[in-house]
Amino acid sequence: MDTLELTVDHPLRSFRLSVAEELGRETLALVGPSGAGKSSVLRAIAGLLRPERGRIALGSHVWLDTEAGIDLAPERRSVGLVFQEYALFPHLDVRRNVAFGGRERVDELLERFRISHLAQARPAGLSGGERQRVALARAVARDPAVLLLDEPLSALDAHTRNVVRGELAELLAELRLPTLLVTHDFDDAAALADRVGVIVDGRILQLGPAAELLAAPADAFVASFTGANLLHGTARPGAGGLTEVVLDGGGSMYSADGGEGRVGLAVYPWEVSLARAESLDSAVNHVRGEVRSVVVLGNRVRVRVGPLTAEITTGSAERLELREGDSVVASFKATASRLVPLG
Amino acid sequence: MRSPFGVALALATALTISFLLLPILAIFLDIPPGRLLDGMNDPAAVDALIVTLKTTLIANLVILLIGTPAAYLIGSRSFRTRSLLVTAIELPLVLPPAVAGIGLLAAFGRNGLLGGTLDVLGLSIPFTQLAVVLAIMFVASPFYLRAAVSAFESVDPALTGAARTLGAGPARTFFRVALPLASGGLGAGWALSFARGIGEFGATIMFAGSLQGVTQTLSLAVYEQFDVDFDVALAIGAELVAVSAFLLLAVKLVPSWTRSNSQSTTLFAPFGSR
Repeated sequence: MDTLELTVDHPLRSFRLSVAEELGRETLALVGPSGAGKSSVLRAIAGLLRPERGRIALGSHVWLDTEAGIDLAPERRSVGLVFQEYALFPHLDVRRNVAFGGRERVDELLERFRISHLAQARPAGLSGGERQRVALARAVARDPAVLLLDEPLSALDAHTRNVVRGELAELLAELRLPTLLVTHDFDDAAALADRVGVIVDGRILQLGPAAELLAAPADAFVASFTGANLLHGTARPGAGGLTEVVLDGGGSMYSADGGEGRVGLAVYPWEVSLARAESLDSAVNHVRGEVRSVVVLGNRVRVRVGPLTAEITTGSAERLELREGDSVVASFKATASRLVPLG
Repeated sequence: MRSPFGVALALATALTISFLLLPILAIFLDIPPGRLLDGMNDPAAVDALIVTLKTTLIANLVILLIGTPAAYLIGSRSFRTRSLLVTAIELPLVLPPAVAGIGLLAAFGRNGLLGGTLDVLGLSIPFTQLAVVLAIMFVASPFYLRAAVSAFESVDPALTGAARTLGAGPARTFFRVALPLASGGLGAGWALSFARGIGEFGATIMFAGSLQGVTQTLSLAVYEQFDVDFDVALAIGAELVAVSAFLLLAVKLVPSWTRSNSQSTTLFAPFGSR
């Protein structure tokens, strides 16, 4: 089994991109805000960007070693790169686009990606989802040893995105190639990748399975990026072995995590429950506030209450008859909150 | 009803159009068509046509074969001296033709910079057909180069990058991706350069002279003949009008060909707008 080894050190506009990672037959997602250096990592692997210092090797095959003066041209590296806007050749039809990567399996790939009926069409006439399938077919046509995906879902509208996300997950499972995926959307990363790395200003802040990042975010940025509510405050020992966090915005919250001084208190929306009135349940933390917004997402509803966002089922939201402006109580358990250092 | 201002506008338009078209129409109407055709058969006119076809063909082949790869390099890479290079290309565009002629003589003439070297090789360039070709290339190629550089600049680097990651080397990437995508801009630039070359006068007469059958092109022959035989001058003028009109039409049509060819309106849109 070939492992992709990757060390890249390269100056970008206002920071240094510095990444060292190893990839087996798995999908690794680099997720971070735009301009964090994610795409540069992909370009360096593909050979479109020559890093100042670095080493990139697939098994015993060295693609780049700046110290040894090795820098293989892109066409000599076995990668399939799917560009952010897909970069389909506008002057070639779908069949010729796919055949550009390799002529042998064109028909099979057109079939596999359900684009046979589009073989004669030009890219300009395709929908976003179709373009994405053509781009994938073209990248796979070269029979690459490494797959690189640059924001593969960002060019799609919300509805297509969900469908394509499922298709992409299936494809990745089927190919079992070392795959590096870059996205600014944590949900996409969590759905597609075995491991997720949060990258900011050229550095990976935390790397692990998505569940691990959610369970134990390394710092405030990772917590808020993965979707947590983040409340800033000052921690001090509280009653019952809990940590009391005096919030900057007033009031106190309790966490089972230890901590002292300036901290962020992170709690995920699905850990927050809502009620019309304060009840005697096991939750320690209660916030009474006005419902500021109610957004339905399929079978779930996201409700903003004061500084918190709660995610509850559509059924619960109907039972509570939530409307904007209503006064409700948001609660979460001290054990459901994480204390994280502020970045 | 029409206001006086509307009448004034219409009058100005009519004046403009007729002033611009009158001399062109006059070339065809001044003498009967029979005499015009006779003029075209005059030995001086036939010689000039042959010289023009030959020198223009060679000059344009060289411009395309050497200018295109040069424009690709300048248009697709970013390097420090790039804008300096582009300015250098544009300089001959704004140069008065007489200055171009004297410059060519100073470079390639008997006593010019390269004169000694060329002498050793047994080459004397001034007043030969090679001089005509060089004069055309010097004044016309910047039109092509400038258009070609910007045509290659507007090829999305993601597309050439994609070609590379799909296994195409730099040469295949150029021929299969960059060249077809830039073809619209290249065609338009080439038509302009061709038109400038056909009309070349000042640099040629200084550097190559006006020897019938050797260096006398159509443009030079019009000037020469209008003293000798006005009918022949008119006939050659008519030939040049026909060529120019055809070129103008081609320039206007080229962009729409490429558009219908690619079915893509984003083909030449600037990269940043996507």
